[in-house]
Amino acid sequence: MIFDEKHELIRKLCRDFAEKEFTKEILDEVEETGVFPQDILDKMAKCGFFGTKIPVEYGGQGGDNLAYVIMLEEFCRVSPIASVYANAHNSLGSGPLLNSGTEEQKMKYIPDIASGKKRMAFGLTEPGAGSDAAGSTTIAVEEEDCFVLNGRKSFITMAPLSDYCIVFAKTDITKGNRGISAFIVDLTLPGVSFGKAEKKMGLIGCATTDVILEDVRVPKDCLLGERNKGFINAMKTLDGGRLGVAAQSIGVAQGCVDEAVKYAKERKQFGRPIAKFQAIAFMLADMQTKLSAAKELTYAAAQKKDENTKDAGVYCSMAKYFASESCNEIAGKAVQIHGGYGYTKDYKVERFYRDCRTFTIYEGTSQVQQLVISGNLLK
Amino acid sequence: MRIIVCAKQVPDTNDVKIDHKHGTLIRDGVPSILNPDDANGLEAALQIKDEHPDTKVTILTMGPAQAGIMIRECMAMGADEGYILSSRAFAGADTRATSKTLAVGVNHIGGADLIFCGRQAIDGDTAQVGPQLAARLGIPCVTYVQKIEFKDEKTLIVQRQLEDGYQVIEVKLPCLLTAVKELNEPRYMTVKGILDAYDKPLTILDHNDVGMAPEDCGLAASATQVLTSFTPPPKGKGEMLSGTINEMAAYVVKSLTEKHVI
Repeated sequence: MIFDEKHELIRKLCRDFAEKEFTKEILDEVEETGVFPQDILDKMAKCGFFGTKIPVEYGGQGGDNLAYVIMLEEFCRVSPIASVYANAHNSLGSGPLLNSGTEEQKMKYIPDIASGKKRMAFGLTEPGAGSDAAGSTTIAVEEEDCFVLNGRKSFITMAPLSDYCIVFAKTDITKGNRGISAFIVDLTLPGVSFGKAEKKMGLIGCATTDVILEDVRVPKDCLLGERNKGFINAMKTLDGGRLGVAAQSIGVAQGCVDEAVKYAKERKQFGRPIAKFQAIAFMLADMQTKLSAAKELTYAAAQKKDENTKDAGVYCSMAKYFASESCNEIAGKAVQIHGGYGYTKDYKVERFYRDCRTFTIYEGTSQVQQLVISGNLLK
Repeated sequence: MRIIVCAKQVPDTNDVKIDHKHGTLIRDGVPSILNPDDANGLEAALQIKDEHPDTKVTILTMGPAQAGIMIRECMAMGADEGYILSSRAFAGADTRATSKTLAVGVNHIGGADLIFCGRQAIDGDTAQVGPQLAARLGIPCVTYVQKIEFKDEKTLIVQRQLEDGYQVIEVKLPCLLTAVKELNEPRYMTVKGILDAYDKPLTILDHNDVGMAPEDCGLAASATQVLTSFTPPPKGKGEMLSGTINEMAAYVVKSLTEKHVI
């Protein structure tokens, strides 16, 4: 087994926390209001969840990728939206800085992200540039004392709840991917505004909006990494992000299997629990088999990332692809087993089904993962 | 100041299933946890440490070496060090033998200003080990403690829970307190606490280490023995109804009539 006793305790901590804090009442309220309670975020901060895999020297907890996967998995088993909050700091929030920040930039920004005091959003996607990041049109023009940014970033998770955003912008419009640079943008700067919150299918409870940049003057020391090397940074960060989505997927899938098994044993039709019918039992068998396979692949990807092996990146893609697709299938079957009740908000699987739909989409669609995986095979 | 928290690793009774045929508990595959009342004792010790950072919190348990993970859990919450009294000679101990071994253990590791025990363990429910340990150590004991305040460095004012109220008791250190769940809300571990726990000292001591002869501990030194334990017969499964209120009410009336209840 790849887990040691520390991982067992981290799982215990995260499971206890999720089961105790993410209660049905609170999750229903989040769904109703679209707001995640600050007191739970404060408790999450106290346990160190915002810095689980951020190194200790930058104020993090110093956990490995396996610990990070366990945390997201256990949170998602109960509340996918809670996992989005924990993930934001560990993954896309601190990733770009850890990948290519100067020591000064790391020390300035990361400790507050790791403690949960501040939040950093990740701004790559644009209205016309999703999978095709090279097609982005946000530009940064160098002036004497600053870079002037203009453009629009879209689907930015938690943008209006964040203090900063890593914005990817073209510093050389003739070079496609090789002309993109990354900037740390203080979201209180003049010229920054937000679009209205997207009305999402799931993951209700954190605002996802556009970030609009109009002549935003970003100080020169906020250039992150080398000029025109921003795309590499984005891709590296997304590697880690993909592992996170794989972890979210196995968590939601586990929640769905748990609920489906429970329901199939309780629900009686034709005089017996529906679990006694082979049609239902075999569906459960398929769900569990896919889930177990997805877990093994996700844990393997995490371990490879910890060991920094050459194939870690492609493993993260495979884990994200397989786990998210499996999760959608498992959630679909869980709703099917619940019948009409599964189509109502009274049962957990309804929310799981909506929440996990984006797992095959965000941080690189399944099709982008297929590109990465096949590209690696055929190079 | 040194505080010893006596902790016990117990099966999570929420997950224990009952073998109805034999009337015994099925413990296979049941996770082991830190006894809940002991967690309240630990939290009380950690709150004192929060106020007085020079306090050292030591965990002491008697049990198999696998109890190590429970001690690491206590360390991840904030305890500084741990000891496991572990030997085949300690096996089969009743409360008399357990408290004797623990008392020898407490003295062996240098004693304490304050000792916390949980009120009782969820697998045995005797509530005897704490008071017996205090008696063996010759220190005062207050059971069912639900609130603690320092009057001065050497004196505590504690509330002792009663069925219909509480007593306020002044007690001098060193003393032993047994904690109830109303005392506090045990804190969570932290991620870093878990990672750091494995750098903290954990010592395993057997009967030779603490200078006990095998006949003075475990089953050999026990005055009582559990002959059999059984669980009350199950009440039978409930039935979930579905349909409209009228349909369900009609069904209930019909069933109760059939059973001649109404």
